Amino acid sequence: MSERTGLPGEGLAKGLAVTLRTMTRRAHTQQYPDVAPELPPRSRGVIALLEENCTVCMLCARECPDWCIYIDSHKEEVAMPGAARPRQRNVLDRFDIDFSLCMYCGICVEVCPFDALYWSPEFEYAEYDIRDLLHDKTRLGQWVATVPPPPAHDPNGEPSKEEATAARKAAAPATAGQRGAGPEVRIRRPARRPPAGPGSAGNPEASGGREST
Amino acid sequence: MPVWLELVVRVVGVVAAFLVLPLVVGQAEHKVMAHMQGRLGPMYAGGFHGWAQLIADGVKFVQKEDVTPREADRAVFRLAPVVALVPYLLALLVIPLGPNDLVGQPLDIGLFFVLAVVGVGVVAVLMSAWASANKYSLLGGLRGAAQLLGYELPLVLAAASVAMAAGTLSLPGIVEAWRPWWLLWQAPAMLVFFVAGLAEIRRPPFDMPVADSELVFGYMTEYTGLRFAFFLLAEYVGIVVIAALTTVLFLGGWQGPFGDAYLGWLWTLIKVFLVSFVIIWLRVSYPRLREDQLQRLCWLVLVPVALGQLVLTAGVRLAIA
Repeated sequence: MSERTGLPGEGLAKGLAVTLRTMTRRAHTQQYPDVAPELPPRSRGVIALLEENCTVCMLCARECPDWCIYIDSHKEEVAMPGAARPRQRNVLDRFDIDFSLCMYCGICVEVCPFDALYWSPEFEYAEYDIRDLLHDKTRLGQWVATVPPPPAHDPNGEPSKEEATAARKAAAPATAGQRGAGPEVRIRRPARRPPAGPGSAGNPEASGGREST
Repeated sequence: MPVWLELVVRVVGVVAAFLVLPLVVGQAEHKVMAHMQGRLGPMYAGGFHGWAQLIADGVKFVQKEDVTPREADRAVFRLAPVVALVPYLLALLVIPLGPNDLVGQPLDIGLFFVLAVVGVGVVAVLMSAWASANKYSLLGGLRGAAQLLGYELPLVLAAASVAMAAGTLSLPGIVEAWRPWWLLWQAPAMLVFFVAGLAEIRRPPFDMPVADSELVFGYMTEYTGLRFAFFLLAEYVGIVVIAALTTVLFLGGWQGPFGDAYLGWLWTLIKVFLVSFVIIWLRVSYPRLREDQLQRLCWLVLVPVALGQLVLTAGVRLAIA
């Protein structure tokens, strides 16, 4: 045996002490069906679809690692009064998420450019038949009601992008005409004027691409 | 009071204790074990904190099919659970609850009777093991036989020490002779008796005959339904019996801080439940011993200590007298 220090039987007493101490503390059991669990904010329970926002861009379906999003659509012509010619619009026919395949990575929610997909903390949608886990767009639309409001920003964190842009715009007219408008103005320029010069290559991907998600 | 009425009252009292105390201890085990592991334990049965869990278990066991394996020795297989249970019932008969004959049957050789009857347990283990026609049962049963025969010796030696100190084999007599300083004098014997008693009722950490990770469920593997429930009940009654014997022999039975004459039964029960709590506590805290460690503990630690205690008891006894 390995050499030990301390009194003989000390380990035995320690073992008894641990169990006795645990007994005097509150149990960790969550009495789930009786008491709803306190889920952390932004829990990934189910994905909700806000149908009006969806443009059938198919980004979510393409990025999904499990290929569990099925989208069908058709084009409709919308004749606007006063417009020169009718516009075409994508109309969503089918938007299914198969939650028996979904691995809850959230890439579809992240990638959606029009905020049509949201995480909802609801998790009680188990089914007796695995085929019932395929939620169609009405079912996905019903989950929207359970989507919590976005959590408030960290007071010590950076201001949100919208706030920063608004502040910049408010400050911009004073200096925009002259030189030294700051990097943020230069970001937008290459998009509008393609032949902007050497600065256009690095700037868009530096800030515009990554922070927007 | 006519003799027959007294007899009925005593027998009914013992049977009531036999049915109630194990359930209380079993429920306490559920809850204490759960809380020691940071859980809640049963919460639904009966409504309030699952107080009726064991009753619900019993109802469930009754509903289960009573399976006897085809290869089994039917008669022996069916008899074994009863043989496991009845000795403890008989043991409860002679354990005094309080002074003035508050006991099922005052017996002059009560200690002798209790030790003999508790020793019958090994027969039940061997019967169930051999009759099951199952290799795991057989292995468990042989382990159990080796363990029970081995630990019988320190158990009897430790009990003999108390009997020698009190000068009587009657359990009420031992309690009457008991003095608080015996706690110190008989401490080694108490430890030996308690540990050997744990092994005798095959409680963890001495549950090698059951050893569910190695032997499925040892000699109980093939049992179902009510017969299995009998084995479980036997285990809980075993806790009560060992706790009661430890109380009566070493902790002064009904002797309490005050009012022994009319509160004696309460002191006895409190002590029994405290000892039962320790039994449960040990189960939660310690892992199962290996088979060789088990025999080692018995023959190289408990038996020498018990023999030393006998010498000490004899010496002090001679010095006093």
